[in-house]
Amino acid sequence: MLQTKGLYYSYDGRNQLQFPDIDCKKGEHWLLLGQSGSGKTTLLHLLGGLLTPKGGVVNIDGTNIANMVGSALDRFRGQRVGIIFQKAHFVKSLTVEENLLLAQQLAGAPASKTRIREMLERLNVGHKHRSKPDRLSAGEQQRVAIARALVNQPAIILADEPTSALDDVNCNEVIHLLEEQAAAVAATLLVVTHDSRLKAAFRNQIHL
Amino acid sequence: MNLFQLSWKNLTNKPLSLALNLILFALGTGLISLLLLLSSQLQEKFDKNLAGIDLVIGAKGSPLQLILCSMYHVDSPTGNISIKEAKPFMRSGHPLIKAAIPLSMGDNYKNYRIVGTTHDILGLYNAEIQEGKKWEKTWETTIGATVAADLGLKIGDRFQSSHGFATEAGMDMAHDGDFIVVGILKPSGSVVDQLILTNTQTIWAVHEHAAEEGSDTTAHEAHADDSRPLIEFEDRDITSLLIQFKSRNFQTLNMGRSINENTDLQAASPAFEINRLYANMGVGVDALQALAFAIILVSGLSIFISLFSSLKERRYELALMRVMGASRSRLFFLIILEGLLLAVLGCIIGLLLSHGGMAILSGLMKDAYRYAFSGWVFLKEEWILLAGALLIGMLAAVIPAVMAGRTDISETLAEG
Repeated sequence: MLQTKGLYYSYDGRNQLQFPDIDCKKGEHWLLLGQSGSGKTTLLHLLGGLLTPKGGVVNIDGTNIANMVGSALDRFRGQRVGIIFQKAHFVKSLTVEENLLLAQQLAGAPASKTRIREMLERLNVGHKHRSKPDRLSAGEQQRVAIARALVNQPAIILADEPTSALDDVNCNEVIHLLEEQAAAVAATLLVVTHDSRLKAAFRNQIHL
Repeated sequence: MNLFQLSWKNLTNKPLSLALNLILFALGTGLISLLLLLSSQLQEKFDKNLAGIDLVIGAKGSPLQLILCSMYHVDSPTGNISIKEAKPFMRSGHPLIKAAIPLSMGDNYKNYRIVGTTHDILGLYNAEIQEGKKWEKTWETTIGATVAADLGLKIGDRFQSSHGFATEAGMDMAHDGDFIVVGILKPSGSVVDQLILTNTQTIWAVHEHAAEEGSDTTAHEAHADDSRPLIEFEDRDITSLLIQFKSRNFQTLNMGRSINENTDLQAASPAFEINRLYANMGVGVDALQALAFAIILVSGLSIFISLFSSLKERRYELALMRVMGASRSRLFFLIILEGLLLAVLGCIIGLLLSHGGMAILSGLMKDAYRYAFSGWVFLKEEWILLAGALLIGMLAAVIPAVMAGRTDISETLAEG
């Protein structure tokens, strides 16, 4: 489902970041551990098609996105990849529900408020659907971010330090929800983190 | 949640900045549109009422005042002239003059001027009878369409005039004679719509009446005068003469000057005076227009600045939209749309303000001068204004939009 081969990247043309090959099967949950500066975020951006690699292959569901450019890549990303960031960001002028509607619209998916309500309910933030995102707590924001990443039923879900800003209680809850929701849409989940609290939760681990 | 809705929400999310941009833009476009409306309607009124009049002859004084009074019926007369003096121009068979139409003024009925004249005035303004007939005898009147509609006068109605040109509260010095409506004119769009027309003898009779009351005499012969031509009343006065030449040539060009130099009369050329009025007005209009364009320029700048600074705050948001599948061009159009929305809304508010203002102004003008402007006439220049607004909105948005389109997703998110 998610494979890389000989992936490398360079910011300045001299120092190359080499990444180990990855092979995640459909529905598997992986943890990618690494210290700060080890290139975790770079790898996640390469996997999510936010950055084009200098060399190598990124294969998502049979498509090598390393060769894709422009709006085709944008569309592919919107439809097949869900990304959750360390700090949840939203379009500030929109409500929670509208942010999810925007996610559907930008991915070219039909707008479905039913699906959005369902996602928000499942993540226990259904009652917040009319709130502006900055009115929510950090934990609630991260749950809405998960709902947004999952609303288009992506093939893979990438999470960049999703728990590092959260306390233990929220950390456990968010990881639990992530795993549960990824399983619900049968998506491959890859969590990139330096948060050692998560080690116990994942059987499949890669170290950078 | 389409692009249009999104840009609208982005704008309304900052109500103060939105209000400032809209007010600035509305002020600029509103001012321009108001100037356009005013000058075009004023010009239309003036041009329509030129009516092929080549010269106006009246008492000495301001030539513009003579024109405004005799042709547009907005100012008071410069004085009266005696028929003895005016006779040379009123004679039929004058080698240069095709028509000389006498006007006598001095009374009004509920602010509508009563003008003593001959039937020739109808031909001048292409006025036709809608109902009834033309005035024939003393005290008979044929009234303009606006007068009839506004005052609800019908054929056979009688009324009394007041002295002067406006009926002011408490100053109601009604003259005693009874005017009778014998005809109503079709609307012509010209100044006759606002006039009460009668014969010259009626105006004399009104004032004789007033004089007689003072001196307690009862006999007057006004009715007997009806059948005699005006030039026989050498000792009587009229206000002015509207002159139409047979053709314009060197001689007619000199006629005005010669009247002014050699007689106690004044001759004024409507085309010349009105052009001078435009020229004087033009300076003010130009200055206001320059001010309006400066305001529009500033509002364009203000749109640019608010989009530009919002871009900084929204960098992460824009990167996020790219993550969710938005292409570069989509972000570009999102920002362009925000600029266009601001400009178009501002322009529409401006147009509404100017037309609303025009409607209010027309109400005031109507009370003061019996001149009707219309607030709800749209000019083709206003479409150009709207197109210009679109252009300014787009220009203001184009740099921020290019920057939005260039948002580097990875870099922005890494800063997170």
